[in-house]
Amino acid sequence: MRKRFGRLVENVGWARVIIAAFLALLFAVAPLVGIRVDTSLSDTLLRVGMNGIMVLAMVPMIQSGCGLNFGLPLGVIAGLVGAVTSMEFNWTGFAGFFMAIVFAVPLAALLGFLYGLVLNRAKGDEMMIATYVGFSSVAFMCMMWLLLPYKNPLMLWGFGGTGLRTTISLEGFWLTVLDRFLSFRIGEFFFFPTGTILLFAFGCFLVWAFFRTKAGTAMTAAGSNAQFARANGVDIDRMRVLSVVLSTVLGAVGMVVYEQSYGFIQLYMGPFYMAFPAVAAILLGGATINRATIVNVVVGTFLFQGILTMTPSVINGILRTDMAEVIRIIVSNGMILYALTRKVQAKKR
Amino acid sequence: MSGAEAFDSPGAYVKGEREIADKTLLHMRNVQKDFYGNRVLEDINFEMKRGEIIGLVGENGAGKSTLMNILFGMPVIRETGGYEGAVLIEGEEAHFRNPLDAIDAGIGMVHQEFFLIPSFTATENILLNRESSKYNILVEIFGERLRTLDRAAMRERAERAIRELGVDISPDTLVSDMPVSYRQFTEIAREIDREKMKILVLDEPTAVMTESETDTFLAAMKRLAAKGIGQIFISHRLREILDVCDRIVVLRDGRIIRDLPSSEADVRKIASWMVGRDVGDSSLRRVRKEETRPAILSVRNLRVDMPGEKVRNVSLEVRRGEIFGIGGLAGQGKLGIPNGVMGLHPSDGAVVFDGRTLRLNDPLESLRSGMAFISEDRRGVGLLIDESIALNIAFTAMQVQERFIAKIPGGVKWRDEQALRACAKEYIDRLEIRCTGPDQRVVELSGGNQQKICVAKVLAMSPKLLFASEPTRGIDIGAKRLVLEVLREFNERYGTTIVMTSSELQELRSICDRIAIVYEGKIAGILPSDAPLEEFGLLMLGTGAREGEPVHA
Repeated sequence: MRKRFGRLVENVGWARVIIAAFLALLFAVAPLVGIRVDTSLSDTLLRVGMNGIMVLAMVPMIQSGCGLNFGLPLGVIAGLVGAVTSMEFNWTGFAGFFMAIVFAVPLAALLGFLYGLVLNRAKGDEMMIATYVGFSSVAFMCMMWLLLPYKNPLMLWGFGGTGLRTTISLEGFWLTVLDRFLSFRIGEFFFFPTGTILLFAFGCFLVWAFFRTKAGTAMTAAGSNAQFARANGVDIDRMRVLSVVLSTVLGAVGMVVYEQSYGFIQLYMGPFYMAFPAVAAILLGGATINRATIVNVVVGTFLFQGILTMTPSVINGILRTDMAEVIRIIVSNGMILYALTRKVQAKKR
Repeated sequence: MSGAEAFDSPGAYVKGEREIADKTLLHMRNVQKDFYGNRVLEDINFEMKRGEIIGLVGENGAGKSTLMNILFGMPVIRETGGYEGAVLIEGEEAHFRNPLDAIDAGIGMVHQEFFLIPSFTATENILLNRESSKYNILVEIFGERLRTLDRAAMRERAERAIRELGVDISPDTLVSDMPVSYRQFTEIAREIDREKMKILVLDEPTAVMTESETDTFLAAMKRLAAKGIGQIFISHRLREILDVCDRIVVLRDGRIIRDLPSSEADVRKIASWMVGRDVGDSSLRRVRKEETRPAILSVRNLRVDMPGEKVRNVSLEVRRGEIFGIGGLAGQGKLGIPNGVMGLHPSDGAVVFDGRTLRLNDPLESLRSGMAFISEDRRGVGLLIDESIALNIAFTAMQVQERFIAKIPGGVKWRDEQALRACAKEYIDRLEIRCTGPDQRVVELSGGNQQKICVAKVLAMSPKLLFASEPTRGIDIGAKRLVLEVLREFNERYGTTIVMTSSELQELRSICDRIAIVYEGKIAGILPSDAPLEEFGLLMLGTGAREGEPVHA
């Protein structure tokens, strides 16, 4: 029995076992401090749907050997531009949501292509370069949000009438269109955001399918053993650029999904820390720096978002202090740190 | 050090056992060494007297380095389970736990690669950690480590050491500004400066030197010998060995084959002793084919920049349907040829394959044209170590020839898992790969089985020409035989031309039609595989062609 438990832990990984146990504990304790389990579960699912695609965006770059996509803000920015452009034309409902994606994807592909070229010049240091690409693109856009010629008064600063606001409400445009699509309730408190979850599942399927194609296989090989890939006729640089484009596009789509659920478009410093929760989630799901699967994405997103949902309510209920932010930071940064040290270990071997 | 003093006053010798022990500087007695159950040294016995120079020769892998590692107390020996037998220095058994112990006992080693600090001068390098120093007040507070360097004394000591070698190096030159050979001298000067030095091991020191530098060096060796320092000289250049050594010890397959005075040896004899036994396994040997077949691969003036295996200028022709061997000592460039043709290392020259000029430096082009490659670097280049057996076997065929792909309307090239697994199963049976099934990860397999995967991978491509680089390196006898048999079978049944590179001449002779020997990045000669062994030996040492030996083609 003990042996079997030991093997199970080894297979699943200590980090996941501990976090899952912690999450289970939170759910168990919740009723005692007057928090409904079904509400919590519903919130968790909603957040999984909101964040899932951005976690999924990590997969292509990890698989191609470019490491964790700390440059996710680039995709996020494309998602933001798509959203405000769609609003500019006053599209509402599903049309608004889809037009946001239609505008975001080509921009993300272009930015991803350039970003990929940069990363190919920095082989071995991708993650550090990626972090700075992300940060600097946010800084650059801080200027652009002010200068871009958007005209819809709902998005502009109230005074002066130029420049986009920091927070733009989607109320009356495409707020929660996807969440509400085919959604249903069980009882009074459990809401299932069918559309968002379906889109996440569809995204997972597409990525899974891609890695079963010829190109996807070549990409995996490029990341798993670059010398092998080259010796077998794979154009590594091309595969890497392609993976970065995919990651960035997924990041952009993920951002539009996030916005519709969240209800606001957050510009300026909004995308600054977007990469970290996604990175932490996929690592928590059991991915390493050079290997990630869809299971990692789903498990990781659920655990990470579960912790984020449960800690504010439960811990605050018990301690009567605001611990949520502290725990979020410990879990996300701790997870990243943990994964990076494991990379060093693997290299030593 | 009573032993050393005894040498200085020979009159003090006590007759009998003691005297014998004292005269013998180094005695290796029944030394044996296993690496993971693989015997690499067996029953090594030899003695070295004061002032004697012993030439140690043998092919790569004969056990020279292991023997010297034992003498020098290298940690790798202990980590792999130590050795049997005894090393006696001046009659006393030595137990070196690390190289520092060996240095204390008066053993010096000059390595092939330099252990020097480039930004230090010759003096500083020679006296590193043994500097002359003077007292200053800080010593009272912080201890001996803070004594002031006595630059003048140091310079003088360094000059003396350099002078002893008979070269003209300024003690103030930075190592980074020196030509390679001077660095070698600096390294030796460092050993000479040690007062207690009794035994000096020189591991291919002349490999980087010009002819005149080599002469200077050999003269320096003789001078050191005259001072009573015993030397073990490892070199592949037999002329130097014959020139400078008193005795020659020939190692082969971990055993001492010959131990004789150099006056009784000549280049030809040594060469044949080195490459050795002509018994081997001749069951695989084939009846030679007629020599009129057309060429399938012709290489002209190929140069390949592969680190450690540079190809300088190689021209050769491989005939359709033959098994062509490429042999030679390690580092001479034999591995560079397949790696260059397959586009893995920067190369130039003209390669015509199957009537078409090949674009170089493009692996995909080489693969598409119908060539395949079993890399010598199994884990690095040959395998996707973390992926399944099935994917590894099918990968190249999938990427290059679009096999194992199920096309779905809309142009999606879907991986055909079923075909993948079926193919893997077939090769698992055929090559007797020991595994749990096609889905097992390659990293979990033994070296021999991993190599079989590499073989399966190229066979799955049905190539016109197959490069097999060291296909049997590091695998057990059974797997070795199987790999060779499969290659042979493939060649005979499908007429696949095979170019096999190997460090083991016997292996090449057992399977190839013709064998090219590479020396210093060029083809030293091409011989039919049943040519006398010593001719191969001479070519490997770069002496064959120069003496105008009959070289067959």
